[in-house]
Amino acid sequence: MKKVERIGVNVAGYVDDRTGAAKWLRKNLTKVFPDHWSFMLGEIVLYSFIILLLSGTFLTFWFDPSQREVVYDGSYEPLQDIKMSAAYASALHISFDVRGGLLMRQIHHWAALIFMAGMIAHLMRVFFTGAFRKPREANWLIGVGLVTLGIVEGFLGYSLPDDLLSGTGIRIAEAIIQALPVVGSYLAFFAFGGAFPGEAFIPRIFTVHVLLLPAIFLALITIHLMLVWYQKHTQYPGPGRTEKNVVGYPLMPIYMAKAGGFFFIVFGVTAFLGAVASINPIWLYGPYNPGQVTAGSQPDFYMGWLDGLVRMAPPLETAAFGYTISWNILIPGLIIPGILFTLMALYPFIESWMTGDKREHHLLERPRNNPNRTAIGAMSLSFILVVLINGGNDLIATHFSLTINQIMWFTRIGVIVIPPMVFVITKRICLSLQRADREKVLHGRETGRLVMLPHGEFVEVHEELSAAEKFTLTQHEQPMALQVPNSDANGVLNPQGLKGKLRARLSQAHVEQVSAPSASEAKELESGHH
Amino acid sequence: MSDEFNQIAKFEDPGLPEHVHRKTDTDPKAADLAERQVAILFILSALGTVLAIYAYIFIKDDVFFFIPIMGDTNAHQLFLGLGMAISLLFIGLGLVHWAKMLMPDTEVIAKRHEFRSPDEDRADFHQTIKEQAAAAGLGRRSLIKRTLGLALGFSALTPLVLLRDLGPLPGKDLEKTSWKRGTRLVTDPGDRPIRPEDLEIGAVAQVLPELEPGSTRHLSDIAKDAVLLIRLRPSEFQLDAERLSWTYDGIIAFSKICSHMGCAVALYEQQTKHLLCPCHQSTFDVTRAAKVIFGPSARPLPQLSITVDADGYLVAQNPFNEPVGPSYWERPS
Repeated sequence: MKKVERIGVNVAGYVDDRTGAAKWLRKNLTKVFPDHWSFMLGEIVLYSFIILLLSGTFLTFWFDPSQREVVYDGSYEPLQDIKMSAAYASALHISFDVRGGLLMRQIHHWAALIFMAGMIAHLMRVFFTGAFRKPREANWLIGVGLVTLGIVEGFLGYSLPDDLLSGTGIRIAEAIIQALPVVGSYLAFFAFGGAFPGEAFIPRIFTVHVLLLPAIFLALITIHLMLVWYQKHTQYPGPGRTEKNVVGYPLMPIYMAKAGGFFFIVFGVTAFLGAVASINPIWLYGPYNPGQVTAGSQPDFYMGWLDGLVRMAPPLETAAFGYTISWNILIPGLIIPGILFTLMALYPFIESWMTGDKREHHLLERPRNNPNRTAIGAMSLSFILVVLINGGNDLIATHFSLTINQIMWFTRIGVIVIPPMVFVITKRICLSLQRADREKVLHGRETGRLVMLPHGEFVEVHEELSAAEKFTLTQHEQPMALQVPNSDANGVLNPQGLKGKLRARLSQAHVEQVSAPSASEAKELESGHH
Repeated sequence: MSDEFNQIAKFEDPGLPEHVHRKTDTDPKAADLAERQVAILFILSALGTVLAIYAYIFIKDDVFFFIPIMGDTNAHQLFLGLGMAISLLFIGLGLVHWAKMLMPDTEVIAKRHEFRSPDEDRADFHQTIKEQAAAAGLGRRSLIKRTLGLALGFSALTPLVLLRDLGPLPGKDLEKTSWKRGTRLVTDPGDRPIRPEDLEIGAVAQVLPELEPGSTRHLSDIAKDAVLLIRLRPSEFQLDAERLSWTYDGIIAFSKICSHMGCAVALYEQQTKHLLCPCHQSTFDVTRAAKVIFGPSARPLPQLSITVDADGYLVAQNPFNEPVGPSYWERPS
């Protein structure tokens, strides 16, 4: 036995003596995971979370979460002798007087952006491939929860330095709290320990940012991964891949090396960004002062869509009987985001109700093979994109020589007109892609080679697909629409009522497909040939 | 799925394609080369760490040099970061290269089972649940259930009560500012009282109420007191008689705190005489008492009535006659 093997065996023996887990460990260390680049998106999120924990801990060693007023006396000359909060002063101290401090701040901020972008990309992958279907609805819900908390956590994080930009963001958050009917001003005074901005808010959100939310993240991520482990990963369809198997590589040693290596790659790329790409240069903004503001105030991108919604809201306010309701804040700031996130969370259940499909699914779908879902996803994305554009309307205006009014009106109209258009276009594109697949399977791939036949006719040579390709392009299900009975056994007409009709209509829209070619059709075509 | 559908022959699953060996599997020389490549990647990583430590200790943090696109760059921060990036990145690249080149790449098939337990087990489980529920008497003893619900519901009130001391009640605080009749307008920053002639036509100034002796100014005061002075030609105003009487010699004063979400309304366009809030682009027309002409804000900026005192300094004629800043439920309309 080699030395390495001996050590391994000894460790394994030591563990088993104390847990009896030999069989379980053997099974799990050789667990098979399928391989695909899109499965790495979730990994990026996990790794950037670890990077956030590490770099964040470093920052807490110097950060002073206090709004006590101090006079700056550090090495950044332009702010010398200026009054500011201890939080801002310590953030400057980290940036200029702690070696590697600025690097760590930038790594932390970049990692936060990667964390959010990764979650959104991962969510899109899961949505568009139908990975959320039974039995994985719980993991979808956890994922939606993580995205929601991620937005809050990110906002609290960039609010901590108490610079002019982030203070303005807190001011807006305060206005949203204050706009809540009945309890608004009370909640605002409780949250801020009195009138805005007070001296209580930064210390409070610091505890939430570094303790409460990370603990919830850790718990949710753990459950998320345990479920992935227990339910086994989904896989893309292809030859040899079925609902009853998982085709891939074992955890040990392949994924240990690949996933472990990928962690270092993500960390390395984040460190590279932190080294060369300046992010959130708080020293340029100055300390927060409610009487000042920076032009071009922009939140981080994952808040930008909310800001864009607030910007495009019409100036609606109801003032009656001595009370005021700010629809211009409540609708874009709370009601629309609330509806969006609720619909997103419930989507797996809505889809399963529409299709009547209660079966387990472990094979992913190609987005084109579920045109309705893909169109819904694209429609939602286009909505977010339009409002995000409006969130950056001031910057877009200056960069492209437009007026803010033009962009605002474009997005105000666009937010209503564009998503339905995107739905229709996406659905048509999916169906066209299905048609193209059908063409390819039945008639082969266009090779671009032109051949002159003896009698002078030119034809393009089509190359037959391999059996594996034919299978991959045709294996998907072609579900039937749900049928609603016109009358039940007792002769009652339309027994399921409007709900049943709606369900049948939705189901019909959901199953709209170009029929996949079958082997029988291919055979027919072949016999028809010369 | 209908029978009719199943009768059409689908394309058959040809099964997992035959495994194609890599060059490193068949050629020991290629494998040795791959091993050396992995080793080089790991050594590069170690060199990165050396660079990071060197930068940390030896590069002064006031050394800047010019890099195109990035501009003036701090050498200490750049090389510390690059060293760290190299050290991490190349560990990762080495591990992945090792896995891809030298570890077995034969795909393995594992079986997957439906999660649903056999009917028998489920029936047993359901039976157990029923028995347990019966044993606890949940079906019968409704008094216990209801009082437990009551107790649990009530116990949630304690944490709510405990949070009461997070802050004071708002009271009339949101309605009040420090402006009183006769309060002088002082510059921010500088705290100097100002006379009308200090402002040229077209000029803008941010002012605050003069501090009473012995008192200090908190940020929460500025959050309500900040006022913007703008001087126009008196003929440019389109105001009713009352509002016109609130101006002084072409000088008009508005709360600087946006009536939408409380940002500072800091952008003044001299040509159009519009005030713009950079947060959400609410736009106010100065000549028409800060009427909202664009954007999400539903109310004009509150106007402060001003005049001059005996010494010729600008003072408030009256306090604001409405609350400044964003709306809230009990805001009097």
